Amino acid sequence: MSTATTGHPTHTATERPRQPKNRHRNALRYGGNRLRYAGIVALFLAPSLVPLTLFTLVPMVSSLWVSLHDWNLITPMEFVGLANYRELLSDGDTWAAFGHTLGYIAGYLPLVYVLGLAAALALNTALRGRNVFRAAYFLPVVTSWVVVALLWRWLLSPANGLVNHVLELVGVDGPGWWTDPAWAMPSVILASAWKDLGFVMIILLAGLQSIPGELYDAARVDGTSAWQRFRYVTLPLLSPSTFFVVVISLINGFQVFDQVYVMTGGGPAGATEVVVQQIYDLTFRYGRAGDASALSWLLFVVVLVVTIIQVRGQRRWVTYA
Amino acid sequence: MTHPIRLGAVAAAAALLALSACSQGSATRSDGGEDGEVVVRYMEFSSNGGNEQNLDAIVAAFEDENPNIDVQVETTPYADYFTKLQTAVAGGTEADAFELNYENFVTYAESGALAELDVDGDAYTPSLLEAFQHDGTQLGLPESFSDVVLFYNKDLFAAAGVPEPTADWTWEDERAAAEALTDTAAGVWGDYQPATFHEFYKALAQAGGRFLTEDGSATAFDSPEGIAAATWLTGKSGTVMPTEAEGAGTPDFDSTLFREGKLAMWHSGIWMFGPLADVPFEWDVVVEPGDQTKASAMFTNGVVVSANSEHPEEAQAWLEFLTSSDTTVDTRLNAGWELPPIADQDKLAPYLEQTPPANRQAVFDALDETVLPPVIVRQQEMQDAVTEELGNAAAGRKTVEQAVADAAARVDELL
Repeated sequence: MSTATTGHPTHTATERPRQPKNRHRNALRYGGNRLRYAGIVALFLAPSLVPLTLFTLVPMVSSLWVSLHDWNLITPMEFVGLANYRELLSDGDTWAAFGHTLGYIAGYLPLVYVLGLAAALALNTALRGRNVFRAAYFLPVVTSWVVVALLWRWLLSPANGLVNHVLELVGVDGPGWWTDPAWAMPSVILASAWKDLGFVMIILLAGLQSIPGELYDAARVDGTSAWQRFRYVTLPLLSPSTFFVVVISLINGFQVFDQVYVMTGGGPAGATEVVVQQIYDLTFRYGRAGDASALSWLLFVVVLVVTIIQVRGQRRWVTYA
Repeated sequence: MTHPIRLGAVAAAAALLALSACSQGSATRSDGGEDGEVVVRYMEFSSNGGNEQNLDAIVAAFEDENPNIDVQVETTPYADYFTKLQTAVAGGTEADAFELNYENFVTYAESGALAELDVDGDAYTPSLLEAFQHDGTQLGLPESFSDVVLFYNKDLFAAAGVPEPTADWTWEDERAAAEALTDTAAGVWGDYQPATFHEFYKALAQAGGRFLTEDGSATAFDSPEGIAAATWLTGKSGTVMPTEAEGAGTPDFDSTLFREGKLAMWHSGIWMFGPLADVPFEWDVVVEPGDQTKASAMFTNGVVVSANSEHPEEAQAWLEFLTSSDTTVDTRLNAGWELPPIADQDKLAPYLEQTPPANRQAVFDALDETVLPPVIVRQQEMQDAVTEELGNAAAGRKTVEQAVADAAARVDELL
């Protein structure tokens, strides 16, 4: 996923301003031989640049080429220009898929952030066995989505699932979770938030630990309440971590697929047909690789625009200490 | 700080490691047979779910007769098979020979992905052989045919005192029996027939309706017959049949329910005879009840040789053995698998003598009035649209009339 290639803004946020001498040290050292310096840089970049080129850039360019064709993967491609894009933009299914994806993000992002923040705050205290808890919360993050999605599908099984069974014991008639169109997306959101909260927690925990203790001491001397310290010290100084979490979670949110594919397959009645599920269905179920590639590029443009807006907007609310 | 040249060497080593890791990812085309052996890879779905060892027996017999050929079978469940095959063909990693159902044969034949076969077709039922010709050339061999019948649990019928189904039954008889047999407290269900495309085009024919107009240019099922068929299918869920929320529609749910003796009637294919041979209760089959008329679903599978195969002759030899050898005929008949497409009807006689089920004649009686699935270019989209709209009606999200009208409109857009 994209997390691997995205820079971590909290690094720059938490380091002290560098001395100019420091910043140019390498350039000065190799100053006499720029070519040699470039060669060494290339060598260091190669381990990530080569796979990036082979597995990301080349497929991207070829998908752009495919998006200009009709292709069912079996018969030869037929050039159609921008017809696939026109078709998709006038197709209600496309807009529905973007709608479902936005619905997912609207539920997932606040939930995963609040849960992750709560876990980070709780585990940033001198709690006994906090390392065990940290590991426990992080475990789902490194677990395969197929396993997690099957587990949640089973937990939320309307007739035989543990969740509805427990609800029944307290006298509540549990919903049809992934068989009811109204509950299918909340089911997916719940599973996603459960899996990802450990990632959010780790990032925010690192952010919390970089906040200098003197600030809290000073705030206490000023007679602030715990809520005021959280609101006026913790939250502002956590904003670089929050920004990173929001950017990454939004990108991952637009790309939501594994859990949907395993838990609902886009159903029931298309209620969880998100954009990437649509791309999958178009290619592998319906043999419409051209349309699927065009939809991939529409998604790329949307994610790009949203990310640019976020990066521009960060100046208004992100505080770098 | 470490010397830059040493660091450079470390980076180069890391890059090499990364590159070698990449090369491991590429798909190997075959395992490579022993010395002098030709490897023929064969991709298929129809042995999945209980007939794997029967296919293995046919492979073993072929390899005994042809010691220079090593057949490597790759079995995939039906639900994933065509996705996998399509991707393999696009990537040029498809097997030398592979299985296709009749609905998908045309697409592959037109694509140029199939090699022309040179066979003496006398062994095959002529109509089945012709089904796998395209523009006058033989691009595939018929592999098997099968139909769908009504399975029923005799013990449950006896316990409930309900008379067993006969060939004269109509939907009304089935409905009445299903209601009498359903005992939700005991977890016993009367009937199982999902509201899907594959049941709908058949029920539609039973109701006397048509799926497409004569010239195939538009749908014809938004009709009283279509509504009758959809009402018949969607009315079962939650009354005499488990709902989706109770697990219906998940893989093996229906076969497990029947095997556990908790399902009285089950609409399923004759390929289940073998897998059901060992259940601890009495069961039999009967031609599916009709409405205005009888109509049974018939399926034909074929096998083809890839145009990219490096061993087309060996691949064809395997396919001829697989489709028409006496070993295959015996194995298929003894196992109660799908039937062999052979012209010599006398060879099929042993099939009728076996039990269970006692009423194997129903398999051939069903062939008297069959209905084939409608086939269009955008087949999967049509199937999904019809299944989804029927599901909306079954779950009560739409009226049956609305669901049928919406399904017809969606299919019309695909034509």
